[in-house]
Amino acid sequence: METGARHSKTVDGNAEDTVSAAGTAHAAAGPAPAAITVTDLVKTYPARRARRGRPVAEPVRASDGISLGVRRGEVFGLLGPNGAGKSTLVRQLTGLLRPDSGEIHVLGHDLVRHPQRAARLLAYLGQETTALDELSVLLAAETTARLRGLAADAARAEATAVLAELGLTPLAERPLKRLSGGERRLAHVAAALVGERGLLVLDEPTTGMDPLARRAVWAAIDRRRAERGTTVLLVTHNVIEAETVLDRVAVIDQGRVIACDTPGGLKALVGDDVRLDLVWRSEPPLHVPEVAALEGQAQRTGRRWTLRLSPADARAAVTAVTSGPAFAALDDFTLATPSLEDVYLALGGSGEGLVRM
Amino acid sequence: MRGVSTLSAEAGTGRPTAGGGEPVVGATVPEAAEPAELAPAARLWPALSAVYRAQLSRARVARIPLLFVATFQSIGIMVLMRGVVAAGPGEEARAVVAGASVLVVAFVGLNLLAQYFGQLRAAGGLDHYATLPVPPAAVVLGVAAAYASFTVPGVLVTALTGSLLFQLPLTGLWVLLAVIPLSGAALAGLGAALGLLAPRPELATVCGQLGMSAALLLGVLPPSGMPLPLQWARDLLPSTYGVEALMATFEPAPDWGSVMVDLGVCAAVGVVSLLLAAWAYRHAARR
Repeated sequence: METGARHSKTVDGNAEDTVSAAGTAHAAAGPAPAAITVTDLVKTYPARRARRGRPVAEPVRASDGISLGVRRGEVFGLLGPNGAGKSTLVRQLTGLLRPDSGEIHVLGHDLVRHPQRAARLLAYLGQETTALDELSVLLAAETTARLRGLAADAARAEATAVLAELGLTPLAERPLKRLSGGERRLAHVAAALVGERGLLVLDEPTTGMDPLARRAVWAAIDRRRAERGTTVLLVTHNVIEAETVLDRVAVIDQGRVIACDTPGGLKALVGDDVRLDLVWRSEPPLHVPEVAALEGQAQRTGRRWTLRLSPADARAAVTAVTSGPAFAALDDFTLATPSLEDVYLALGGSGEGLVRM
Repeated sequence: MRGVSTLSAEAGTGRPTAGGGEPVVGATVPEAAEPAELAPAARLWPALSAVYRAQLSRARVARIPLLFVATFQSIGIMVLMRGVVAAGPGEEARAVVAGASVLVVAFVGLNLLAQYFGQLRAAGGLDHYATLPVPPAAVVLGVAAAYASFTVPGVLVTALTGSLLFQLPLTGLWVLLAVIPLSGAALAGLGAALGLLAPRPELATVCGQLGMSAALLLGVLPPSGMPLPLQWARDLLPSTYGVEALMATFEPAPDWGSVMVDLGVCAAVGVVSLLLAAWAYRHAARR
């Protein structure tokens, strides 16, 4: 049986015992049953034939033996850069894409064998939802509710309630395509929330939203979790969002899960290292010996150097660059404790493109 | 079923790994005690009417300018043809008015619907419907019905204008009540299938345009003067039987038997065409 403390280890066996908040919470009342179990999932997109002016596209292994488990009532995240295979994974979980091999169980149902059951178990918000663009916000939510099997009256009532919950009532009669990107996304979230489902699969739901709208979305999701025990699977490449709202997170890279733990547990993997960002006005002052010494460890992005250092080394580096000729060449610097982005890089994540905002 | 299985989210092999010395990333998640209850699926008619209503509301905003284009195009063709075709219930005049009226249905049902589904599919919009528990036929039929009903005012205006322009009897125009839904079903089904099966949205648009051009040429011109291959092509076009039925009612003494046969063929073509569209939808939604 599961105990409160769980073993959380990196790929290379770098062990780190962490006590997960979710784990201890569940330990008292026994562990929550599984909402999603994925075992050894493989999906390869076939090679494309060469056409005029386009070379042969190699087959892409978008899910490369993915296994993970999500408990009921959990807000579980899939974090990784664009192209890591997150959307391919959720498209298989929602029955839109058939895996080549592997097993998917959602709320106790075998979705590889019965993909059509997905629509009756979960609500899915895809990255792009053009189907609703010309409807008014209220009609989009109401129609979606009816298509989730609600009767006309219930659909209207629930759509109205969800719009009020998300602060969309003033926009109820506006067509989606006349809204700003963030407002439109919020209307899509409203359509995903109508009609009760035990699992919400949300692919980057808060893209383009202002902080107020984001808060409304997370409040609405929290309410469903508290009142109905709703499970949420969230796809994101926003590390700040991942750190604040997720119970657990699976870090995905090149179709594999490279780590899976609570955000705190994952951050503990990178140890005490802190991140120092230095932004130079133009050329870095390499004639300063301390700066020249840092050059080898720096990851360069334009005028920005990103360094991962022990706290002592970071203090020394800050002292060096905030005085004398180095300071004259320095435009800005930030010193931060590790984020999930650092975890991602420390685990050998190959892509760039995680967002911090 | 019961029990605890250790599921690891382990890199590399990805196989479930028992606890112990092995590197395990992830958590022990027990098997679900019992499967969750499935939410009810939407039934065909409520789902169809919800899609129909939603589509009609979007059509009101987005499609009115296009309906004007469709109607003016048909009226323009009739005005042009009036220069070379004599008024009165001759075959040519009847073909022009009937063909131009059904052309409005072809423009909206075939051309615009092929574009709509082509774009919906390309932009991933089908995912929205595919992750809702709706019968595929409800989506296709709801959209097609909305597009077909949207052609009603255009067809009525065109048929009335044409009848007056070519001095044809108005008494048989009630047959439009059958011609619009039946040819609407046939053309909209074909348009939806083209949009859903075309590998690229541009191809869907081209196919829709070609279909409409065919409906124009093969519908407006009188069939008796056509070379044989064109007559065959005309027989294959789903809109032809609606045109034939309407043409017959412009005669001074319509042969109602042949009108009914034409409408029957039109209905059969409509059913086949909608079945094709529903199949195409399933094919496109589950890639």
